[in-house]
Amino acid sequence: MAKFNVINTPIHNVDGIAKVTGRAEYTFDVSLPQMLYGKILRSPHPHAKIIIIDTTRAKALTGVKAVVTGQDTLGVKQGIWRRYKELCDEEILAKEKVRYIGEPVAAVAAVDEDTAEEAMDLIEVEYEPLPAVFEPLEAIKEGAPLLHENAERNINVTRHIEWGDVDEAFKQADYVREDWFRCSSQAHVCMETHCAVSSFSPDGKLTVWTSTQSHYYIKVLLSDVLGLKENDIRVISRYTGGGFGSKFELDSAQFCSAVLSMKLCKPVKIVLTREEEFMATKRRTPMFYYLRSGVKKDGTFLAKECRVFTEGGAYTAMGATALYLTGFFQSFPYVWPSYRYDGYRVYTSTPPTSAMRGFGAPQATFCAEMQIELIAKELGIDRIEIRRKNAMYAGYEVPGQATIQSCGLVECLDRVEEWIKDRGKMPPYSGIGIAAYGFMSGGIFNWFDTPYAFSSAVIQVNIDGKVDLFIGSQDMGQGSNTTMSMICAEELGVRVEDIRLHMGDTDKCPVDLGAWGSRETLMQGNAVKMAAADAKRQILEYAAAKMSPNIVYDMDIKDRWIHLIARPERGLSYFDAVKEAIRGKDGQPIVARGHYTPHRKGMISPAYSFGVQAVEAAVDPETGKVRLKNCVTAHDCGQVINPLGVQGQLEGAIAMAAGYGFTEDLPMDDGKILNPNLVDYKILRTTEMPETTVMEVETYEPEGPFGAKEAGEGLTNPTAGALGNAVFQATGVSIKDLPITSEKVLSAIRAKKTKK
Amino acid sequence: MEKFLLRITVNDEYHELYIKPKKLLVEVLRDELGLTGTKRGCNTGACHACTIFLNGKTVKSCSVLAMQADGAEVRTVEGLAEGAELSPIQRSFLDHGAYQCGFCTSGMLLSATALLAENPTPTVEEIKEGLHGNLCRCTGYNSIIRAVKAVAEGKYKGGGNGEI
Repeated sequence: MAKFNVINTPIHNVDGIAKVTGRAEYTFDVSLPQMLYGKILRSPHPHAKIIIIDTTRAKALTGVKAVVTGQDTLGVKQGIWRRYKELCDEEILAKEKVRYIGEPVAAVAAVDEDTAEEAMDLIEVEYEPLPAVFEPLEAIKEGAPLLHENAERNINVTRHIEWGDVDEAFKQADYVREDWFRCSSQAHVCMETHCAVSSFSPDGKLTVWTSTQSHYYIKVLLSDVLGLKENDIRVISRYTGGGFGSKFELDSAQFCSAVLSMKLCKPVKIVLTREEEFMATKRRTPMFYYLRSGVKKDGTFLAKECRVFTEGGAYTAMGATALYLTGFFQSFPYVWPSYRYDGYRVYTSTPPTSAMRGFGAPQATFCAEMQIELIAKELGIDRIEIRRKNAMYAGYEVPGQATIQSCGLVECLDRVEEWIKDRGKMPPYSGIGIAAYGFMSGGIFNWFDTPYAFSSAVIQVNIDGKVDLFIGSQDMGQGSNTTMSMICAEELGVRVEDIRLHMGDTDKCPVDLGAWGSRETLMQGNAVKMAAADAKRQILEYAAAKMSPNIVYDMDIKDRWIHLIARPERGLSYFDAVKEAIRGKDGQPIVARGHYTPHRKGMISPAYSFGVQAVEAAVDPETGKVRLKNCVTAHDCGQVINPLGVQGQLEGAIAMAAGYGFTEDLPMDDGKILNPNLVDYKILRTTEMPETTVMEVETYEPEGPFGAKEAGEGLTNPTAGALGNAVFQATGVSIKDLPITSEKVLSAIRAKKTKK
Repeated sequence: MEKFLLRITVNDEYHELYIKPKKLLVEVLRDELGLTGTKRGCNTGACHACTIFLNGKTVKSCSVLAMQADGAEVRTVEGLAEGAELSPIQRSFLDHGAYQCGFCTSGMLLSATALLAENPTPTVEEIKEGLHGNLCRCTGYNSIIRAVKAVAEGKYKGGGNGEI
């Protein structure tokens, strides 16, 4: 029999028909009887004291039902750092002080959006503007304006990672190179903006429909700030229109709609406008990066030292994790015998910076891969060879941090090398750049302080053989609903169409921490596999009793056929067996549970994906314009579960990461974002996408379900670096300041010519 | 504000309703007629998520006043399939994984349907040009381009309202 019946077969997503027919109901589409519409008034100042907020005129406007400010809340400083209260520093509706342009100060509920909008103009807020500071390297200086009283020199968090004797190793180095890089910010640009519909009923129960990556997190965070019991809150999120790291913290739409609804006992809907989405939701963390590397003349890596200053914005958000992960992934995917990282997250009077797809690793990979390219060039070593020589391998232990159990990096390098050779000599001003990367399959982080398993699943097998699968993971487009259905079908021995999926509802689904850190395939996948294995065991117990084969035979279920593994033709129908088994259990359906929490897997993640990407680009020497032609990725995500899904993740990641590399940026003027719209903020369009090729390098990851690892966020890591290196190959200039715009390329080319 | 009578045929169904003259077509479709398949990603005509057919031509329904559609025939994503029978482009999107979060998908499907109606055998470059205005943050577009190409190559024939 084939190894797999379901896994690694291309199927369309289980929610595909709902999506192509317009039937999928997003939070944006939710409408309830008596529903009111909310709007949020936001600070025009980057740093100011709130003297007084007068809502009298707004409340008097016909159609306005309620106006709330920080005074109407419990004033809880919240954050996802529930184990580290000092890092919970954001109130959402500010009481005394605002720290960025766009920070919420009041919210209105009215009969329609127009009325709510009109009421906002009638709220009078008196501010006392305070000195502001926008750049981390300014904010960290003695005497800079302080944004939080307890944060000296505006230092929010620091992170230190070290192994080996770095100073000694530098002395042994034949070649030492140091560089500064600047990594820019990036907006998530979910097509569905942040939104929520909150409905509080007089019995003290709150239901919140919202566009989120983790309904469980939002439920608990709402309970923290509203003073309700966790289980008096129900969060529903059946479809989420994109997340990319922006939707697993509590947001202003969720909080303000809940506060308004609790006041009115009526449903309140808040949808952020595209402008609010740009100006007042979180974004990718900008970083100033200092890198110093020491190598032997044959290219062997000896020591790396790096210091990073990140623009934190006004609050901690998920920035502390980005600060750690950028330090950890700076060493990836290579063996550095000694390594030292110091990271500083600095508060600034700008919108908070946080998690975004790759979570600090795209910044790390950009700087690391650009520098390795320069080192190889200086030493006259082949760029693939230097990477191969120092590549991580299965069994390698990142000292004190992690153990790599599966790693196909060298094979990825081989495959990309072949492709580059096949492309032959490049025409002038064209080049192929490469970047190697790795990423985690879910984080072993519990700053949230959940008492639950990281992932859980429940299965009920019904009388007709149909399977109810209850999962807590959140599909935001990445396809986890399909992945989980496939894992369940494979393990239980049924087909995907036999599974009825229950997701996106905290009242019905077991806890899962949500879709962040590329965790669902491995963590939720393991929980689903465990539940399915238990359900199968129960069915096989009955089948074994019925068939009574020789005790030495093992049994299994494949494609609805229960059989002896050694004699697959001897068996019985899954449907018949289930029907009889349930009758024999006094009519009780077969119920099974599964759960997963990583134990003894180091500090970071149970498993790591690896890959190498080659980007072919052409540069116009007259204008500096970069055009992407090809993007080839050799990719080790362990066993592929859903090939169509992996390809989609890869292509989507390229678009997003190429945008980070050369078109997307959030320029500011005194803390005000200058391009808060989809015309001036340039995400890639159809015409800018290169040809894409995926080369799967399959490995088997012992910790993953069926050997699978992540295939989501990690793919965002290499593109900016590979693009930067392609520009370097094409023109000889290395742009160390993201994004690599035409202006930067052109002025670097000109400067190089002048130097000559 | 005074309300006006809007007579509009949407997905072959005739409606008469009284609306404020400043209402956008996307608002009437979604809020009055309950056709929430049409999405709104920006409200400024920049993302094309709200693309629909108005008298056989694609328009961004956030940039059209509902009253401008008085007497018009409109088709939305809900009108692409006929019963359970999906249109060729819908089937091809499914097979090619040409959607992820699905929020831009309705607009993408309608733009693709229009593109193929105008030019049944487009090249890849023409497909890219035709969908240039439709923003998608999930897929990186290539699966969408493959899906449209497959329909153009005749791999999906008949069914639904694909021949608008």
